[in-house]
Amino acid sequence: MSGVPAGPAGAALRPEIDIARLPHVRPVHWGRIVTAAALLLLLALLVRAFARGQIAWPVVAQYLTWRTILEGLLNTVLMAVAAMAVGVVLGVLAAVARSSPNPVLRSAAQFYAWLFRGTPVILQLLLWFNLALIFPTLGIPGLWEARTVDVMTPFLAALLGLGLNQGAYTSEVVRAGMLSVDAGQYEAAKSIGLTYGQSLWRIVLPQAMRVIVPPLGNEFIGLIKTTSLASVIRYSELLHSAEDIYYANNRVMELLLVATFWYLVLVSALSLGQMLLERRVSRGVARPAGRR
Amino acid sequence: MSAPPLLRAWRVGKSFGTHRALEDVTLEVARGEVVCLIGPSGSGKTTFLRCVNQLERYDAGGLWIGGELLGFREAGGRLHPLPEREIARQRRSTGMVFQRFNLFPHMTALENVIEGPIRALRRPRAEAVAEARRLLDRVGLFNRQDYYPAALSGGQQQRVAIARALAMRPELMLFDEPTSALDPELVGEVLGAMRDLARSGSTMLVVTHELGFAREVGNRIVFMDAGRVVESGPSQALLTSPQEERTRNFLSAVLG
Ligand SMILES: Nc1ncnc2c1ncn2[C@@H]1O[C@H](COP(=O)(O)OP(=O)(O)OP(=O)(O)O)[C@@H](O)[C@H]1O
Ligand SMILES: [Mg+2]
Repeated sequence: MSGVPAGPAGAALRPEIDIARLPHVRPVHWGRIVTAAALLLLLALLVRAFARGQIAWPVVAQYLTWRTILEGLLNTVLMAVAAMAVGVVLGVLAAVARSSPNPVLRSAAQFYAWLFRGTPVILQLLLWFNLALIFPTLGIPGLWEARTVDVMTPFLAALLGLGLNQGAYTSEVVRAGMLSVDAGQYEAAKSIGLTYGQSLWRIVLPQAMRVIVPPLGNEFIGLIKTTSLASVIRYSELLHSAEDIYYANNRVMELLLVATFWYLVLVSALSLGQMLLERRVSRGVARPAGRR
Repeated sequence: MSAPPLLRAWRVGKSFGTHRALEDVTLEVARGEVVCLIGPSGSGKTTFLRCVNQLERYDAGGLWIGGELLGFREAGGRLHPLPEREIARQRRSTGMVFQRFNLFPHMTALENVIEGPIRALRRPRAEAVAEARRLLDRVGLFNRQDYYPAALSGGQQQRVAIARALAMRPELMLFDEPTSALDPELVGEVLGAMRDLARSGSTMLVVTHELGFAREVGNRIVFMDAGRVVESGPSQALLTSPQEERTRNFLSAVLG
């Protein structure tokens, strides 16, 4: 290397160089090595601190698969999935209403987002759960009637509270996605005779998905953790189960770590799913080979 | 007169705010005829096509396709705007090819072409696919049917767009500068596809800057300026001996 003269003149003197034929020297990234070493050191210190701290690790291991904990885990997953499903359906409906030519629908959707984004979700949970205080009975006069306390179980109250709230946030995400689709796509859809609904469903929303999925994954991750708020209305999700146990045995830190572990597992699984979904919805973009 | 025209525009006007984009546009396109619309930038050519395809609503005069008034229903001397569904139905008699292609990027070439027939015309899938393959073959893209638009060249994308419009079996094909977003070497293949279409008897209204195409394929040329029709006539005659000063200026500017 030292014998090769530098600069364009040198290049001209060695016209026989073919970069495919010479061995390539891999550059050393000193910055990366230093930051990695520093972070590993920090991690080691942290692990050591926890290992020496007043934590009974065998207890953590024991409760990791405790029946109550697993039930709580299952309830957390159920609630997160159900509330997200409600949220996505409401969010798409609200976003479509927001962009509709009908001013009544537009205002209704705007009011919905304003109402549910404007109040703390824990407050909404409490309102739903205590609905019996203002409406002792629910029903359709003459057809069906029931006592509110029987209907408004912790599950239903949490589902309504979290789902409606999630829908309000999702509607903004979906709306942003719809706005990202080129106006020419609506026009092309119209020009082949599709109705407004068909254009949305077949042309605009599938393309908006590419923009919607990443923030929606983020919302879902947020929701998994927000389900822990449902413990205030006695829905026995993961955190509630952990609390139940440590009220009895006083192993506070151990059980909180158990909950931490499971939340991290859930969120990791979700991130993986999100990655796969992102790949699927970016069909037709960034596909160098072109073939299906 | 002979057979009634397929498209009739009578004193059509259209404003954007205070700007009058179309004023008093009167023209007719007979069945089987190829009419080219030329004129300087901003003269209202695109706006006129968009009114015919009801992507834009005209606000004066009248537009008819096959004798049916576009966008409105008259009852008792009053006009009622047609509901969205009716407009979608009327749109099916026209096929539009856009300057920027506007293919659906999440669908393959074939899926782009069958979408309209399956969703809007409710034709059986197998039948729509067979027809789409035939149309893609006709524009020379049979072996590209499973490609996504991003993997096609501009010329290929525009030919898919032509096939997509044809799949609706429109009575009138509208083209808005179909080659002006293309690299020069790709223009020929798209014009070729359009020439074949014209030969097969399609009725076409083409906005174009390709005067060679207008001369060779177009039966008539309509020259527009500042939202108005300045002059129209048989292609050859209009290009070689324009009557109006503005037409002459435009032609000499374009032909250099
Ligand atoms: N959506 C719109 N809002 C406001 N003004 C518009 C709109 N669309 C078109 N115009 C105006 O109407 C006039 C006619 O535009 P149009 O696009 O029809 O011209 P054109 O003849 O197609 O020009 P070009 O050859 O550049 O495509 C222009 O002055 C344009 O600025
Ligand atoms: Mg134009």
